[in-house]
Amino acid sequence: MGSNLSLAYLMLSAILFVIGGVGVLIRRNPLVMIMCVELMLNAVNLSFVTFGKMLDDISGQIIVFFVMVVAAAEVVVGLALIVAMARRRPGATADDLRTLRG
Amino acid sequence: MVGLVWLIPALPLAGFLLLVFFGKRIGEPRAGWIGTSAVALAFVTACLVFVGLWGEPEHTYELSLFQWIPAGHFNVDIGILLDPLSMAMVLFVTGIASLIHLYSIGYMHGDSRFPRFFTYLNLFVFSMLVLVLGNNMVLTFLGWEGVGACSYFLISFWFEKEENASAGKKAFITNRVGDWGFMVAIFMTFFAFGTVTYTQFLPMAPGLAQTTATFIALMLFVGAIGKSAQIPLFIWLPDAMAGPTPVSALIHAATMVTAGVYLLVRVNPIIAASASWIPWMIAIVGVATAFLAATIALAQQDIKKVLAYSTVSQLGYMFLAIGVGGYSAAIFHMITHAFFKALLFLGAGSVIHGMHDEQDMRRMGALRKIMPVTAVTFIIGWLAIAGVPPFSGFWSKDDILAYALHKSPILYVIGLITALLTAFYMSRLVFRVFYGDARWGESAEGELANLNAHTATDAVETGDQADAHDDAHADAGHGAVHPHESKWPMLVPLIVLAFFAAVAGVLNLPFTEHLEFLNRWLEPVVGENQAHLSLGGVQLTVELVISTTIALLGIFGAYMVYLKNKVDPRRIELPFFANGWYIDQGITKFMGGIGRKGFELIAMFDKVVIDGAVNGVGRATRGGASRLRAIENGYVRWYALMIGVGAVLIVAFVMTQVSL
Repeated sequence: MGSNLSLAYLMLSAILFVIGGVGVLIRRNPLVMIMCVELMLNAVNLSFVTFGKMLDDISGQIIVFFVMVVAAAEVVVGLALIVAMARRRPGATADDLRTLRG
Repeated sequence: MVGLVWLIPALPLAGFLLLVFFGKRIGEPRAGWIGTSAVALAFVTACLVFVGLWGEPEHTYELSLFQWIPAGHFNVDIGILLDPLSMAMVLFVTGIASLIHLYSIGYMHGDSRFPRFFTYLNLFVFSMLVLVLGNNMVLTFLGWEGVGACSYFLISFWFEKEENASAGKKAFITNRVGDWGFMVAIFMTFFAFGTVTYTQFLPMAPGLAQTTATFIALMLFVGAIGKSAQIPLFIWLPDAMAGPTPVSALIHAATMVTAGVYLLVRVNPIIAASASWIPWMIAIVGVATAFLAATIALAQQDIKKVLAYSTVSQLGYMFLAIGVGGYSAAIFHMITHAFFKALLFLGAGSVIHGMHDEQDMRRMGALRKIMPVTAVTFIIGWLAIAGVPPFSGFWSKDDILAYALHKSPILYVIGLITALLTAFYMSRLVFRVFYGDARWGESAEGELANLNAHTATDAVETGDQADAHDDAHADAGHGAVHPHESKWPMLVPLIVLAFFAAVAGVLNLPFTEHLEFLNRWLEPVVGENQAHLSLGGVQLTVELVISTTIALLGIFGAYMVYLKNKVDPRRIELPFFANGWYIDQGITKFMGGIGRKGFELIAMFDKVVIDGAVNGVGRATRGGASRLRAIENGYVRWYALMIGVGAVLIVAFVMTQVSL
């Protein structure tokens, strides 16, 4: 694989990460926010794989599995919270949940 | 048998627990018998232990029951130190306490809080035994505070009367000054030795730096003068007479007030290691207290007040003995004093009881025919305290005076003058109560009116308890008093105590070394630091003759004044003495004037500086927080952004560091 192709993958990873990050910051729908977090995680996964390939090191790919497992667990908890919230307060956005403000 | 020693304090504790939970249900006579038997059993145990102690090396036995406070290097056990000193204390404390318990059954008969009285008495005996038997200073302090608390409870036992309640408070607060000294001494001891166990630090005392030893000894002395009522902290003891008379006999004459003497004898190696002015100070304070209290006792009209000041005076003798290095003499006098002063108080209680709660000597007289047993026993106590041979007080007082002469003739002379005063005021008391005319009938009213008119001005000023009593009785019509002799539970203790007051001198006769039982018995505890007297036959004889002459002179003087009426008593009973040298008034005036201003200043400092600092910190925190809380707005995206910014900043920081 040429270094230009690797650079392209890393660029894609960075773009996906920024899209995810901006999405978390500007969207108010909790479901979309979770999706954005997932996008960020997978952007990181992509860069891990790319770096693993570039440096010829298998651990870059192994760590991706760990990230995927953690992400799956996180989605379960996150979705459960969203469902619970939707039952209690239908139509609430993330900005409505600010009981913990100072 | 010596292993039974833990039973000695445990028995009164068991009695206390039983009475505190079931006292009301147990009821009047039985609660008293339970309390009495708990203490009497403790006395029997003490006797068995005493026999066992003979077999121990150096007559010393230490027993650690369990660990109480393990904190780093600071270790305090609940442990018992049984040595000749504590054994002697335990024997006379439990013995006299048993007799006084028995007496109280008769004296407190019909009181509405009869079981509670015995609850307190048992708790007191327990605390006193903890004080005496504790093998470390902290445990001694525990007992020290325990007896102080019981003293407070029992002085204010009849708390319905305002003056009894405030007398209790006065005793408690005055003692606090002394307790502070004792506490500082404990801290200092731990600081200097790393332990507070007597058997560990006392042998190290001779190697202690002199300044440290002096400071510890000084603080212990402050503790001792509080508990043992010496100048300037003696003011609480006369007021403590507001309690029931058995309490005065047990706590404020025989046992608790001698705790200070016990403490100083216990730590004699520290006194020996301190600067030479410490023993001098102890001796001077002791002899000054003895003299001052004796002069005040000359002019008191309340029978218990005379005895109270007399107790202060005799305690002064004990301090004198400690100051001049006569530790065994101090303990000797403590024991004989416990016998004869307990006897005198119980006798006075019998008189008060028989006279239907009359305490003023001006309303007594000629009681010896009506109360023969009380009178005879009281007279034995009188001869003992006055120092007439061969009664016990003569030997112990003379022992102290011999040590005083060894140190300084001035101390000896003041001691002799005090002995003269002692003989005089005690004879005055006996003549006024048991001899002369009966002044308790109606015929005495005229004389009383005279006397009242004479002392009325003083009475108003001092608020003296006895005088206040007078007016109340005078209104009620006084002629109905019919004195009677007390019942057997009150008379048996009198007889037993009279026996010991008469013969206790054999504990320590000065003629040959073989007869000085107490000296030899206390040798392991005080031997090294005891001043050594080598009294030749002539010197001893001269001293004994001088003491006897002084005692007889005092009695003869009182005889001339109070029975033959050769001299007007008013020339001796000066208002200055009657008011206790105006010390109480002086303190009141100081505390109400300059002292109060000082305290207000301190209170201001507390409010402005201390409280100001604390409140200032609080206000600053609150103010800062109210500004900081603006960033905690509750929006998830805001927090996410902060995390992102933080991560970027940290990464940027790490990268700059790495590239360098």
